[in-house]
Formats: sequence, structure tokens, C-alpha cells
Amino acid sequence: MLTIHCPNCGVTAEETEFHAHGEAHLTRFGPGSTDDQFESYLFMRRNPKGVHFERWRHQNGCGKWFHVARCTMTLEVFGSYSAQTTEPPQDIIDIIKDRRPDWDGLEATT
Amino acid sequence: MSEPVTALKGGTNTAGFASVTEIGPIGMITLRGRLSEKAITKSAVAASGVTMPEQRMCNTQGEHGIAWMSPDELLVMCPYAEVHDRLADLQEKLAKHHALAVNVSDARAVFQVKGEGVREVLAKLAPVDMHPDQFTPGMFRRTRLAQVPAAFWMTDDTTVHIICFRSVAQYVFEVLCVAAQPGSEVDHF
Repeated sequence: MLTIHCPNCGVTAEETEFHAHGEAHLTRFGPGSTDDQFESYLFMRRNPKGVHFERWRHQNGCGKWFHVARCTMTLEVFGSYSAQTTEPPQDIIDIIKDRRPDWDGLEATT
Repeated sequence: MSEPVTALKGGTNTAGFASVTEIGPIGMITLRGRLSEKAITKSAVAASGVTMPEQRMCNTQGEHGIAWMSPDELLVMCPYAEVHDRLADLQEKLAKHHALAVNVSDARAVFQVKGEGVREVLAKLAPVDMHPDQFTPGMFRRTRLAQVPAAFWMTDDTTVHIICFRSVAQYVFEVLCVAAQPGSEVDHF
């Protein structure tokens, strides 16, 4: 079970108060993009064994969205951060690099 | 005007180690807007008659109160009979601001659970640390009770007030009664 912190209201609770909404930091491809780009935006998702960035919503609480960085293998939660960003903040990256020295970064795995 | 009817018509159960009672109706106004704007918090204070609570807290005095719901939402509570006047007043004050005030009194059900074991009743149903050092009277928590969303606060150490959607009032009442069944005490707190 994950223990997650909501950066919007400050509550820390276990995962059943929240809801996961899939991979974070997708680049949106809309009108004008190629079929391949659009298909990958719509359907293709990473399924890493290890560090993963996700969008979460505080479903039964304040109702706000945020991001969570966690490990899909050990279920360790590295931290949560604002939804209003297109990439993980430096402090979250520092925590991940500290605990997973061989992690090769967000870009390397996309 | 027709008489207001609550979801369970004031149903009560005193068989458990904590008594479960449906209270209300209570006047409730949802107020959304930027809470950093003075005009919005000031009008909430005027409509409720209590002071502005801190984040994740609520201030209540009898039937009057303000609860902090989320970074852009407050719940203003008042006697049911006054809710229309207070809402009209609130909307007039906020006419020039980007804010929304709606009467949600009839969309909700309110319960009171009372007894020495209230912390235990809630701890069985919600993913909240109910230890007396962690959850104190005056705090306000939106969470889930078993399978449905709910919010609660403690008015004192043995009394808790719960707000849920009216459509799930029967479910919440029954799940509270089961959690308070005699013989099911865990005696953790």
C-alpha cells in the first residue's frame, strides 16, 4: 500500500483516498501531428520496472490533481509535486538519484 | 413553504458503543473562489458568523461554522432557515468577484456520532490517523467512509460530526452502526 502526500491540501494518507490516473508528463499531439505521433500520444504508455512518474488525484479529499514519483517495483514513493509543471522538479530528481544511483533520467526512458 | 425533510428523518441508533444520530437539516453553502482574496474570506466570515479557519481546520459555533474544504473551497454552515437570506447576501457581496456560492443544504446528510469510542468508529472506516495527538477537535478532514466520500470534524473529544452526500445517507448510517456494534471494540486509543 502506498502512502501519498497531497501537495495541494497537505494531507498524507494511504492510496485508497486517492486515485491514480496514469503516466505523467506526456506531450500532447493534436491537430497537425502525424498519425504515428497521435497514436503514441493516445495509446502508447511506458511500463517501467522502477522509477515512474504518475498523475494522481485526491479523489476523496480536496479533489485536486498532482504528480507522484514512485518506484513500481518496490512501491517506494519518492515524493509528490504540483500538477502545474511539465517536468519533475529538481528536488524530486535529487531524491530519486540519491536512492536509485543507476536511474538514467526521465528522457532516457521515454 | 414545505417542511424540510432529512434523508433518514432523524434516524438514530444507540445500541452500539457510540450512538449514531442523523442531525440536521443544517444550512450549508459551498463557496468557491481564491481564498487569498480578502473579499471572499470576509464575506464567508460575515455569512457564517465565525472566524476564518486555517488550512484543514474548521471553526464552528453551534450551527454556525466555516470548514476549509480545499485550496479554493469553503463550506459555510448556518441554521437551515437562514440559508436563503445568507446566500443572497453572500452572492451580492461577491457579485464583482470571481467566486461561486451555492446552497447545498439539501444535497447532504449530517450525522453525529457520540461516545467514548468515536475515534475507533472512524478509524475503522476512514484512512485517517485518529490518535488523540494526531486528530484533534477543530480539525476538518475530507476523506472516505468505507466506500463513499465524507467529511468530518470533532466538536469535542467524544463527539464527531460527519457530512456525506444525501444519496448515500442510508449506507453511511448503517456502516457507522456496524462499526459501533457492541463487542466490536478494539480499544486501540
